[in-house]
Amino acid sequence: MNRRDILRRTAAAGLLATPAAGLLTGCATGGGGDKNDAATYKGTKSAQNPLGVKEDAPLEVVIFGGGFGEEYAKAHEAMYTEKYPKAKVKHSATQEISKTLQPRFVDGTPPDVVNNSGAGQIDFNGLVSQNAIADLGELLAAPSLDVPGKTVRDTLLPGAVEVGSYDGKFLVLNYTYTAYGIWHSGKLFTERSWEYAKTWDQHIALCKEIKAAGIAPWTYAGLHPRYMSWPVIATAIKLGGPSVATAIDNLEPNAWKSESMRTAADAWHQIVKDKYILDGSSGLDHKQSQTAWCQGKAAFVSCGSWLESEQKDVTPAGFNMTIAPTPSLGSGDKLPFEAIRGTAGEPFMVPAKARNLAGGLEYFRTMLSKKGAQDFTKKVASLTVVAGASEGVDLPYGLNSVVKALDASGANGFNWVYNNYYRKLERNLVDAACGEFFSGRTSPAEFLDQCQKGADSIAQDSSIKKYKRAA
Amino acid sequence: MGKRSAPTGRTPFGKVPLVRQGKWPLIVTFLVPPVLLYVFFVVSPYLQAFQISTTDWLGYSADANQVGLANFRSLWHDDYVWNALKNNAILLGLVPVLTIVLGLFFASMLALGGRKGRAGVTGVRGGALYRTVYFFPQVLSVVIIALLWKEVYHPNQGLLSGAVRAVGLPAPTWLGDPATAFWCVLAVMVWSNVGFYVVLFGAAMSAVPKEIYEAVLLDGASRFTTLRRVTLPLLWDTIQVAWVYLAIFALDGFILVQLMTNGGPNFSTDVIGVRMYDTAFGSETKFGYASAIGVVMFFLTLTVAVLSLRVGRRERIEYS
Repeated sequence: MNRRDILRRTAAAGLLATPAAGLLTGCATGGGGDKNDAATYKGTKSAQNPLGVKEDAPLEVVIFGGGFGEEYAKAHEAMYTEKYPKAKVKHSATQEISKTLQPRFVDGTPPDVVNNSGAGQIDFNGLVSQNAIADLGELLAAPSLDVPGKTVRDTLLPGAVEVGSYDGKFLVLNYTYTAYGIWHSGKLFTERSWEYAKTWDQHIALCKEIKAAGIAPWTYAGLHPRYMSWPVIATAIKLGGPSVATAIDNLEPNAWKSESMRTAADAWHQIVKDKYILDGSSGLDHKQSQTAWCQGKAAFVSCGSWLESEQKDVTPAGFNMTIAPTPSLGSGDKLPFEAIRGTAGEPFMVPAKARNLAGGLEYFRTMLSKKGAQDFTKKVASLTVVAGASEGVDLPYGLNSVVKALDASGANGFNWVYNNYYRKLERNLVDAACGEFFSGRTSPAEFLDQCQKGADSIAQDSSIKKYKRAA
Repeated sequence: MGKRSAPTGRTPFGKVPLVRQGKWPLIVTFLVPPVLLYVFFVVSPYLQAFQISTTDWLGYSADANQVGLANFRSLWHDDYVWNALKNNAILLGLVPVLTIVLGLFFASMLALGGRKGRAGVTGVRGGALYRTVYFFPQVLSVVIIALLWKEVYHPNQGLLSGAVRAVGLPAPTWLGDPATAFWCVLAVMVWSNVGFYVVLFGAAMSAVPKEIYEAVLLDGASRFTTLRRVTLPLLWDTIQVAWVYLAIFALDGFILVQLMTNGGPNFSTDVIGVRMYDTAFGSETKFGYASAIGVVMFFLTLTVAVLSLRVGRRERIEYS
């Protein structure tokens, strides 16, 4: 062999090796099966043990190693083993939920509890349509661990069950309670004696004043522009009522082009037209834009209530981050200014083929006990879906403002779930449309057309299971 | 001096007879285990992927229905896939050319660029330093390169925006603008590859007998003529291999794109690898469809590689 042959053969080997990275299905469908059916752990149900946990059955918990860390889960696991000392809990944390667990789902040997979250989240539509997740109905009916006389369902905040339900079955426990709104720095606003505007016209006037003061009124995560879809949809819902959201969730024809969505998109176009957005925002990711905001380069940012813990390292002392609802469009709004999007987030699930299914449900019952929820709120500064669990816990400034906003919103709170039903619609399609819109390359009508085109492509795709929810 | 000869297959192995006794044990010990491993870990997943591409498998259960070629039919009508392929085609057209031209230029400057004040063929001054510096990107992991450049392209605090503003020009938002994002990613692809090919071409040049260059120098050839008439023909094999590698790289480009833009803004930097990953692990769990994309990628890569080996075939030059 001479050098030429060696080189050529190396090239040939490379040629075979590279597409191998492409063909991702190394471990394929074969071999999967129902080998675990016989081996499911079952205990005897009793008043003390309503879910029928086998007390010495091992429990495997996989946590998403994201913003909340994993210490909170270790605490929950400790509470579980306190009740079942003979059970051995296997704990792990990863950021790559789908890549790590996909083969185990196929093999029929998934863990007992999965915190399916983050960028590597497994699309719930796929999981639900393949019956891969266990029904949590039994858990809801079980008595709460430490609130006497109430079932688990009774202890949850309104809306918590609906968010995790598919076709009426409660499959996904969304553990945190998250508010989505517009954030500003209380310190900055006090210093400049600005006041958060309650109507859109006032908001635009305030933006003008802020810009005149040399600060950009807005910034957003240009690389994840879907963050800006939240205030636009919220504005539309406050104008037209919750049916705006139901139509979008149910993929109704032209739901994105409803009168309310048009009016809201037209309104929001103002901040683009008048250049009220920090220069270069379209090239920033969420961390970079939120950091610019924390540095006082911009006055407003759209985010959920995880913002405070996400920005912990870069927030100056006394910044006083405060959440507020989107401004009202006018007196014709169906919902008051105080109405804010509140929803359960941070999904947990028990795989249908989990060996210790009862243990998984019991682990959820532990999480949803007042003690478990309080401990979570203390550890990660986030609310849970357990009603009243934040009482008596010393909350940081931003989270406190979230609690106040949610209280003020009360029964007027609203939500949408199309992002849970059809992950691709929000993550890819609406995301791209928002990017074009908020960088000024498309008009409001083109923006809504692009969103609608995305929704239609989902509606027409027969390989995607569709879900409907009642108004 | 070099002499031309027809490709007769005269190899060192051809001259020295193999040890006849114990040939088979040798072959069995050294060849069978690797072949088995290769079949098990490489070939069989391929075959499975072909099979999966004809199903509607959703990846999280063992059930899948045979759907024949339905996935490929939907692929044909999938605008997002075509958009990604178009971007791959542009990468395929530009990344290898730019990388090889730059690599050849730097390598020949390092090997033969210096001419002033000294007799003989030498590189430019400080060649060793340049060679090390050029190789830096190769030492870094692709992930680090992606994150590094993401900061360089930061629209407000980035190195690049700062430099552009320093000369009084308005800075674009780089990765945030569909008009620039793709070219920004392409530039990083070239940047991260050039160093390796400088070293590769440099090594190939050092195998060319110096007398050739001295003769060319005596004949008064310019540097450009030397490159075009002497270096290029003598390095043809190496360039061809570089071409194949870079073509494969251009059809992939997955890691850089996924980390820098994830295909955005508005799919302007999308490549076929990102599309496939997103279909299986990202926003959907359509493993059958993703496998179909993978199969298409496989044939595209294969075609490109075979074509570039075929088209570039030339007579071999041996030094003896």
